[in-house]
Amino acid sequence: MGGYGDVKLLRDDGLRLDGRKVDEMREVQVEAGILPAADGSAWVKHGLNVAVCAVYGPMEAHPRKIQRQDRAVIDVRYNMAPFSTSDRIRPGFNRRSREISKVTAEALESVVLVERYPRSKIRVEIEILAAEAGTRCVGITAAAVALADAGIPMRDMIVGVASGKIEDTVVLDLDKAEDNYGQADLPMGILPTTGEIAFLQMDGDLSVEEYNTCMEYNMKAAKEIHVLMIDALKRRYAEKNGGES
Amino acid sequence: MSGAKEGAELRLVTPGEAIGASTGVRAGTGTLIMGDNIIATKVGWVKEYNGVTSVDPIHSAYMPRSGDLVIGVVESVRNNLWFADVNGPFNGLLPMSLAPWKVEFGAAREQMDIGDVMLARVQEVDEAHNIVLTMKGVGLRRLKEGIMSEISMNHISRLRGEGDSILRSLKEVSDCRIIVAENGRVWVDGDADGIAFMRTVIDLVRNEGHKATFNASIEALIENRRNA
Repeated sequence: MGGYGDVKLLRDDGLRLDGRKVDEMREVQVEAGILPAADGSAWVKHGLNVAVCAVYGPMEAHPRKIQRQDRAVIDVRYNMAPFSTSDRIRPGFNRRSREISKVTAEALESVVLVERYPRSKIRVEIEILAAEAGTRCVGITAAAVALADAGIPMRDMIVGVASGKIEDTVVLDLDKAEDNYGQADLPMGILPTTGEIAFLQMDGDLSVEEYNTCMEYNMKAAKEIHVLMIDALKRRYAEKNGGES
Repeated sequence: MSGAKEGAELRLVTPGEAIGASTGVRAGTGTLIMGDNIIATKVGWVKEYNGVTSVDPIHSAYMPRSGDLVIGVVESVRNNLWFADVNGPFNGLLPMSLAPWKVEFGAAREQMDIGDVMLARVQEVDEAHNIVLTMKGVGLRRLKEGIMSEISMNHISRLRGEGDSILRSLKEVSDCRIIVAENGRVWVDGDADGIAFMRTVIDLVRNEGHKATFNASIEALIENRRNA
């Protein structure tokens, strides 16, 4: 079972092509509040993925038919820049971006206290500037930081992480080759403080044991990224001696 | 410093972070009780006051409450009412009956058109977040000149200072009329020099309003101008 023919994804010494161990994540960097025009914003670099997210609102929901009398709606627009991949992407909505926008919105709705803002809309714009597998997870992470930066009340900060399977081995955080030629991919949206899962998709097949290993890897990675997210938000505001309120 | 403990180590929290056990304390704004813990729902400073634990948010949207003084921008006009953007999630509605003028049905535009700015008070906010504004009251009027700018909600108290002290000094040294409305909008009118000074003040609030050094910086700015 090698996915696509004989692409070799694990080296003889057990490391992956880019030299990572099976449970090692790509490097992650997070910055909060990078866009002055937005109510809240974030920049996340995860490996070679770069995502920028802007949050606006809560504002009056238009058109009126999307308004909900008892809660706010979250309007997510996930978009990949035409230059984000090696093949140019035709600008604008497509089936894939529509799907990711929908699942991201549903994941965020489970953490944002939407009942505080009836009839309104929170606009979340996720722009992928560079893509290298796992952009939906990076988008979710960026959206969580941007929402926190915008002062939108949330139960927790959701973290997007993925694991998968290559050459019958479970690995954390697939890169482009592993995603394209691997056997399975399991992106998740995790609430790190409670360990709840707000979003889960699976592409390919995993046995129960493999799934459990993926979960374990994802939970561990989510906690690591969560520390970076908190750090980014605190770095933006905290003064050396603590600011006044 | 709005009720926070003087000299105490101020704690910055992020959404989902546990502030402490929920026994014996009440959950205030910006917090939520989950299980045995009080957790923060916003990024901000933890505040404990009279047995209530709350989070003073660093950023928050304006949520209108009745009685608030607001600066609104007219967004649309009907025959006998105006809709104004009050920097909140919903537009405020100003009916003819609460406007200071009596004009004929259909002639609302003659008094105030789209883009005009008004100083109004929130008369009522109902459970569906409909906002009704009033312009009947002392000082409430259409603002015809001057400049309007926006600052973050949590910087309003910083710009005003303890008992409006900073605002009073600013009015004095800039020789401008200044209104700091509850919805984060600031209106300034005076001569060009005074307005230019106020622009630098508002830039300072925007960039440094959340910092501990803010009070010192703004007092230095005021002192500089006073001596100039």
